[in-house]
Amino acid sequence: MIAILDYGSGNLRSAQRAFETSGADVVVTSDIQVCREAKGLVVPGVGAFQACMKGLLAVGGDVLIRQRLEDQRPTLGICVGMQILFSSGTEKDRHGSTLQGVGIWEESISKLDAPILPHMGWNSVIPPNKSALFHGIDHESFYFVHSYAAKNSHARQVTWGNYGERFVAAVEDGAISATQFHPEKSGRAGLALIKNWVGNL
Amino acid sequence: MSLSVRIIPCLDVQDGRVVKGINFKNLIDAGDPVEMAALYDEEGADEITFLDISASSSGRETTLDVVRRTAEQVFIPLTVGGGIRTVADVNALLRAGADKVSINTAAISRPELIAEIADSFGSQVLVLSVDARRAQTKSGFEVTTHGGRHGTGLDALIWIEKAIHLGIGEILLNSMDSDGTKAGYDVQLIKAVREISHVPVIASGGAGKLSDFAHALEAGADALLAASIFHFGQYRISEVKDYLAAESYLVRQPGLS
Repeated sequence: MIAILDYGSGNLRSAQRAFETSGADVVVTSDIQVCREAKGLVVPGVGAFQACMKGLLAVGGDVLIRQRLEDQRPTLGICVGMQILFSSGTEKDRHGSTLQGVGIWEESISKLDAPILPHMGWNSVIPPNKSALFHGIDHESFYFVHSYAAKNSHARQVTWGNYGERFVAAVEDGAISATQFHPEKSGRAGLALIKNWVGNL
Repeated sequence: MSLSVRIIPCLDVQDGRVVKGINFKNLIDAGDPVEMAALYDEEGADEITFLDISASSSGRETTLDVVRRTAEQVFIPLTVGGGIRTVADVNALLRAGADKVSINTAAISRPELIAEIADSFGSQVLVLSVDARRAQTKSGFEVTTHGGRHGTGLDALIWIEKAIHLGIGEILLNSMDSDGTKAGYDVQLIKAVREISHVPVIASGGAGKLSDFAHALEAGADALLAASIFHFGQYRISEVKDYLAAESYLVRQPGLS
């Protein structure tokens, strides 16, 4: 069973359906116990880093993610759900507060250096040779919607994207993976990536 | 840049049905927006836009159901516009499965709505739809309402700058002078908006032939929306993409099947 963590973020209905196309049972839930024991956990996220992080902390999602990593249980972060896995964001909310991220990866999230933002639309990516997520998915584009990104990563496997500058488009690091793009909105290429992730659970 | 230009078919939906004739073979029900959206997805559309023109509240309920059913089977971004007045309206659409909403008249009457939506859901969900036409305003373009029938006297560029400041994520720029003419997108309008906008611009209105798409991109559009040129089967989405690729524009050509 796959759990999609519901912490008040985004369009979870189509995410659920997209993950169901892999044949898996999928629940959308904010029940931390269910999320902790699920075979795979998906952490979605749209909007601003600070708002997402606040929502995540409110349901205890930060502890959940660290526990799952300790238990070596797979977790997949999507979009801002990827960004909050890094140590911090430079994006401030309107009160100027800056919450720290979950801190799985030490790098920070900062604004993309591009004339037109958000980076919105279909862009190509460069996965590493032995990527499990992108296995069999070559020369495809994925759907991005974001203005901020990680510019560097020391994680085991990093997939790069380019928009104005190089940024981290996906990370595969043992039990924890993440994509800056939305696989659930990336047509067949996205569904193939989801199937790869589910297939390796 | 490796970002592809987006081709976006737009479906007018009234009481759960597609209006304006759709001239496609191999469709069981050409009036079903869900089936149409799935077909356009198959054909390589980069996003789908529904414009809800229902006048009644029961019609709007039906639209929510259409959005739900579309989101269950079409895994590309879905934007829904038409009649959105409140944060609650936006919430209902996003919960039903829309990825973005476009607002128009309600934002003109109450600009704070933009900031309210952006604060609640993030700017990335919010498309500002602007129906502009030539007029004696500062920039030479004015904002209209009611499908171009009512002028507001509001200068289009001043309005767009204000809306960007308030927190929109994207602009859907409809030329009321070009709409329905098939004489090409309004290149001057696109250029003028591109100059002041650092958010993506979707050009709309006037597509009639393949070169029109290239001209709009040359003027600075990031995405191209069209309705009748696709619905009546004049061009397939793949034909537009093949043409643009030949003109050296980057388009998404899905390879997986």
